[in-house]
Amino acid sequence: MSPLHIKKGSTKHSAYNLRPTFSDHEETHTIAVLVDNEAGVLARVIGLFSGRGYNIESLTVAEVDHQGHLSRITIVTRGTPQVIEQIKAQLGRIVPVHEVHDLTVEGSSVERELALLKVAGNGDKRVEALRLADIFRAHVVDSTLESFVFQITGTPDKIDAFADLMRPLGLVEVARTGVAALSRGA
Amino acid sequence: MTRQMTGAKMVVQALKDQGVDTVFGYPGGAVLPIYDEIFQQNGIKHILVRHEQGAVHAAEGYARSTGKPGVCLVTSGPGATNAVTGLTDALLDSIPIVVLTGQVPTFMIGSDAFQEADTVGITRPCTKHNWLVKDTDKLSAKIHEAFHVATSGRPGPVLIDIPKDVQFASGTYTPPAKTPTGHYQPQVKGDMETITELVEAIEKAERPVFYTGGGVINSGPGASQLLRELVDATGFPITSTLMGLGAYPASGKGWLGMLGMHGLYEANLAMHGCDLMINVGARFDDRITGRIDAFSPKSRKAHIDIDPSSINKVIRVDMPIIGDVGHVLEDILKVWKARGRKVNSEGLSKWWTQIEKWKKVDCLKFKQEGPTIRPQYALSRLEELTKSHDRYICTEVGQHQMWAAQYLGFEDPNRWMTSGGLGTMGYGTPASIGVQIAHPESLVINVAGEASWLMNMQEMGTAVQYRLPVKQFILNNERLGMVRQWQELLHGERYSHSWSEALPDFVKLAEAFGAKGIYCDNPADLDDAIMEMINYDGPVIFDCVVEKHENCFPMIPSGEPHNKMLLGEASTKDAIGKSGAVLV
Repeated sequence: MSPLHIKKGSTKHSAYNLRPTFSDHEETHTIAVLVDNEAGVLARVIGLFSGRGYNIESLTVAEVDHQGHLSRITIVTRGTPQVIEQIKAQLGRIVPVHEVHDLTVEGSSVERELALLKVAGNGDKRVEALRLADIFRAHVVDSTLESFVFQITGTPDKIDAFADLMRPLGLVEVARTGVAALSRGA
Repeated sequence: MTRQMTGAKMVVQALKDQGVDTVFGYPGGAVLPIYDEIFQQNGIKHILVRHEQGAVHAAEGYARSTGKPGVCLVTSGPGATNAVTGLTDALLDSIPIVVLTGQVPTFMIGSDAFQEADTVGITRPCTKHNWLVKDTDKLSAKIHEAFHVATSGRPGPVLIDIPKDVQFASGTYTPPAKTPTGHYQPQVKGDMETITELVEAIEKAERPVFYTGGGVINSGPGASQLLRELVDATGFPITSTLMGLGAYPASGKGWLGMLGMHGLYEANLAMHGCDLMINVGARFDDRITGRIDAFSPKSRKAHIDIDPSSINKVIRVDMPIIGDVGHVLEDILKVWKARGRKVNSEGLSKWWTQIEKWKKVDCLKFKQEGPTIRPQYALSRLEELTKSHDRYICTEVGQHQMWAAQYLGFEDPNRWMTSGGLGTMGYGTPASIGVQIAHPESLVINVAGEASWLMNMQEMGTAVQYRLPVKQFILNNERLGMVRQWQELLHGERYSHSWSEALPDFVKLAEAFGAKGIYCDNPADLDDAIMEMINYDGPVIFDCVVEKHENCFPMIPSGEPHNKMLLGEASTKDAIGKSGAVLV
């Protein structure tokens, strides 16, 4: 095959890069999808991922524009560049989907996740858990004599790191919201 | 103009305002109010099918042969689930269909009520979009939006689920013009920069080929006209997928015939050896590409498609153009003419010399000898005796379908109705009914195999009831021919369940339905029998008994590239490797 001429995509103002270079290397992408907040729209998105065999690492959804009936779905997914391009194109053709943004390639973005972690124990371990929570700027939102519930926000990596540290200190349960993400700047 | 009316009346009014003249359907408890409204009007003709799958295929046949959306009306539960195969078929072949389903009353949804099914849930992956309408005031707008979605962009099936209480309740009717069509407005104009790049490639190409598909047909007759102009003006060769037959005439000078797994030798080798491939409204389906990593290795590829997700899905292309085929072809012609109508004549004439050599192989040649009718002969005679007629051809799925694509010639778009993407056995009979409804004076033939035909034979009742003179031309080999062929080539000639020991007497079956039956097993009688079929004013079941062990060639074995084609019975042993055997 002749070498691909990489120029800009043929569709201006498009989220899709139509002349991508493909490699077999898997990448993690954060994709924001603006959808009509109507019944079944989340099922359409999830059904697309399961039906076509794509990965979902995390997914969050909530209405973000009450008057416009718009919800924002933030999906963290993993795949080769060709699969990522397909995912975006397939999302884009779902009828109630308004916009698809690949935050990983469209400039820099901020990503945050919130998690609640229940840690049970006493004695030194309890003190150590509290000390580490302070370092990670986690808040105690519930406390008994034998347990804490910590609330932590940050990138998924930071939450992973905190959970790893809590595990030997009596981590009982974790609840995570999944990633919310926005592009930086105006 | 807004008016108060019941939801049921609204359905009929909305269909009329959308220009619908025919609805294919089957009544049941959850759609009785709509059927009551249909009873009390004359503007819309309702065709009572015998099975809901038949309703959807008939609507597909209607849609493909007219370019207008097909409409179905079925009841809740089993009515809706029976429609699923038809919806999936229409989704894979991009056919605009609007299916209206009844649903149990809103207050009973979720209670496992009688004939309740989660219709929007079940049909979500097999429709372009679907809606459950819970508010009568929104019903008419949703129906108008459904027509918009089904017919714009890449066409497809849509479904509206209407609970029975919504049909009974009164609400305000909104006419189509006042309905906001929403944000769903697919791009139809292609990017001019890429179009210019393609024109430059057209000017320089030494070994170009047009590879066209169903998108040309879907774009309307104007797109076929532009395609013909471009192909003939450039003098490039053109091949087409199964779905695109008729967009360029089979008698045209650039025509190479169909490509793909059972495509013509010259078409597949042109695809393999070209230096410029111009894909117009096709989607690099696996029946076309064969082995991906050996697909047309030396070419630059342009891909015109209205659906961005088709680009780079299977084959990486160099010049992607998103837009409607008609619009893009118009722009290509405009730019190419403005730049002086240049082509590489020297390269082209060498290319055609090569193609003529491939054509000399005459990959479709066969010999009719002996007392048994060969299927290729049956279709050649059918072609000869019907090609001058105002003719529409439907097919079922299997060997007969491929032979029909190979041996019948299509001069115009919308004349060829076949299940391409999904490969639905049982498609042809109801589709032929839908076509005949739309074209009452035309000759409508369903080329079938006996096994496929039995899958929806109940629709003969529909044909007889509405006096539709559809001709069911059955190539009867008492086998699932394509399955048998694969078992021969791939599974050590172990013919597991690929034949039928208890076929009906098709002539008696025809008579039982009130149709005419014709039997023919002698090559010498075939022409007369076909003429008898054509001249009979009414539905016919033609039992054409053919050679039982005929294989369909040429064939690109699974997992092989275009230049590894099997041309005939010779050397078919071990033609398909182990890795190819897992592919379907």
